[in-house]
Amino acid sequence: MNYWSIFKKGIFEMNPIFRLALSLCPALAVTSTVFNALGMGLSVLAVITANNIVVSLVKNYVNPKVRVPVFITIIATIVTLIILILEAYFPAVYKELGLYLELIVVFAIILARAEVFAMKNDVLPSAVDGLGMGAGFALAMVFIAVIREVLGTGMILGGTSLAIQIFPQAYDGPMIMILAPGAFLVIGLMIGMFNLIAEYQNKQAALKAKTACQQLAVQRGEAG
Amino acid sequence: MSAEANVQTRMLTVSASPHIRSDESIARIMWTVNATLAPAALFSVYRFGMPALTTMVLCIVVAVATEYLIQRWRDKPVTINDGSAFLTGLLLAMNIPATLPWYMPVFGTVAAIAVAKHTMGGLGYNIFNPALIGRAVLLASWPVAMTTWPEMASKVDGVTSATPLGILKMQGYEKLVAVFGDKAEMYKSLFIGTRSGSMGETSALLLIAGGLFLIYRGYINWQVPVIMIGTVGALTAVFGQDPIMHMMSGGLILGAFYMATDMVTIPITVKGQMVFAAGAGALTVLIRLLGGYPEGVCYAILLMNCVTPLIDLWIKPAKFGARR
Repeated sequence: MNYWSIFKKGIFEMNPIFRLALSLCPALAVTSTVFNALGMGLSVLAVITANNIVVSLVKNYVNPKVRVPVFITIIATIVTLIILILEAYFPAVYKELGLYLELIVVFAIILARAEVFAMKNDVLPSAVDGLGMGAGFALAMVFIAVIREVLGTGMILGGTSLAIQIFPQAYDGPMIMILAPGAFLVIGLMIGMFNLIAEYQNKQAALKAKTACQQLAVQRGEAG
Repeated sequence: MSAEANVQTRMLTVSASPHIRSDESIARIMWTVNATLAPAALFSVYRFGMPALTTMVLCIVVAVATEYLIQRWRDKPVTINDGSAFLTGLLLAMNIPATLPWYMPVFGTVAAIAVAKHTMGGLGYNIFNPALIGRAVLLASWPVAMTTWPEMASKVDGVTSATPLGILKMQGYEKLVAVFGDKAEMYKSLFIGTRSGSMGETSALLLIAGGLFLIYRGYINWQVPVIMIGTVGALTAVFGQDPIMHMMSGGLILGAFYMATDMVTIPITVKGQMVFAAGAGALTVLIRLLGGYPEGVCYAILLMNCVTPLIDLWIKPAKFGARR
């Protein structure tokens, strides 16, 4: 497996939120603004990559029976580091995300990648897998947040110096989009959309295979 | 109708006799329900004037158009003629104030048809009453606009700005009676519909008349509205409130006759429906007396929709010939 395909599968094929439906909690809780979603997405990207690297390094020294506590300890250590870094250098992000940063420790996707991928692979593929999965997670978070924030408030990155007004000032958006039910609605519809795309791709692939077979048969027929 | 007849001729039902034959169809039931709602709808157009009519037409047109587009997109038989989307649009319009800006009813109707109905698989598969989901979405989206009621257009004395239940919640019972003059005047006003509120919560008289016709035709079971309204009356009386006022105000009568009796989202057995109605009534009282909102019929019915599968699991009809 080449590194590009390892990286790519986290973006679409096995997107943590839209395809695996793992770590939906942050996707519901911190996607009301693009700023928060981006902060959370990048934090998780960092944690998942670092964790995959460390786990693949120590995998041969960990007794399989106690691997989960060991993984959690590693994740907790990395998350603590990330929190301290954010608190020191990006206090705005830290203030906005607050408690949710500490919850990264128990995000299912991080433990899942350690268990499924890093435990069985070398350092470099594990790092690429972490980057791909983290990028897929961050993109999904930002995707949801853009829809919610634009529909709910009419702007992107509201409350920061980068705020961009998408709809006119007079826009009177549905408040439900920036409330919890809006997150459920958006995630549900997005998962449905991704399923549709995947279904379409499978159909196309099947069609391609079929036509290839027919062509082969025709060629053989001609040859015979 | 043609599509439906087509389906009926193509279907081969293999089951043991005896077979019951009936002329009823989805379209016939739905259009009858629409027709029984018409008097109350027309009355609210008379009461609130043009905005009521435009909002109602908007809701119905958007509901039917959304259903058409989704069914075309999903390559399913287009069933906009069966009146169910029309009914959802009409019921949603009856559940909201007449003066909302145009985009609010549109958003609510699309949420009702696209999300509440068609993501579940369309008519017959939806867990929640689509019109009530539309109202709940609107209430969460624009809470201020959804709780600002228009003044009455006609000359008859009407209570403006706040609904009777709103006044009750904010200012107390004495103030409510004082607004109408005296108790008898208040009851009369609630019964005929000379008060403010959403489009369909005004005239108890016309809604009850429509509901009675549905009971007469056998489309709904009389137990549901009677038990739901009765539970509200009994519980409010127990807690020292005015039961008559509670039974006639808010969306209770519309909800009890038209929404708590929606064939898709309530239990199958009559016994189950009775449990459903009692639960919806109790939740309504709970929300009205202790909750943050002045009115709770919408949420009460939606919450009972959630437990409908559970009720169906517990209350099953006895099998033919089985001994208890």
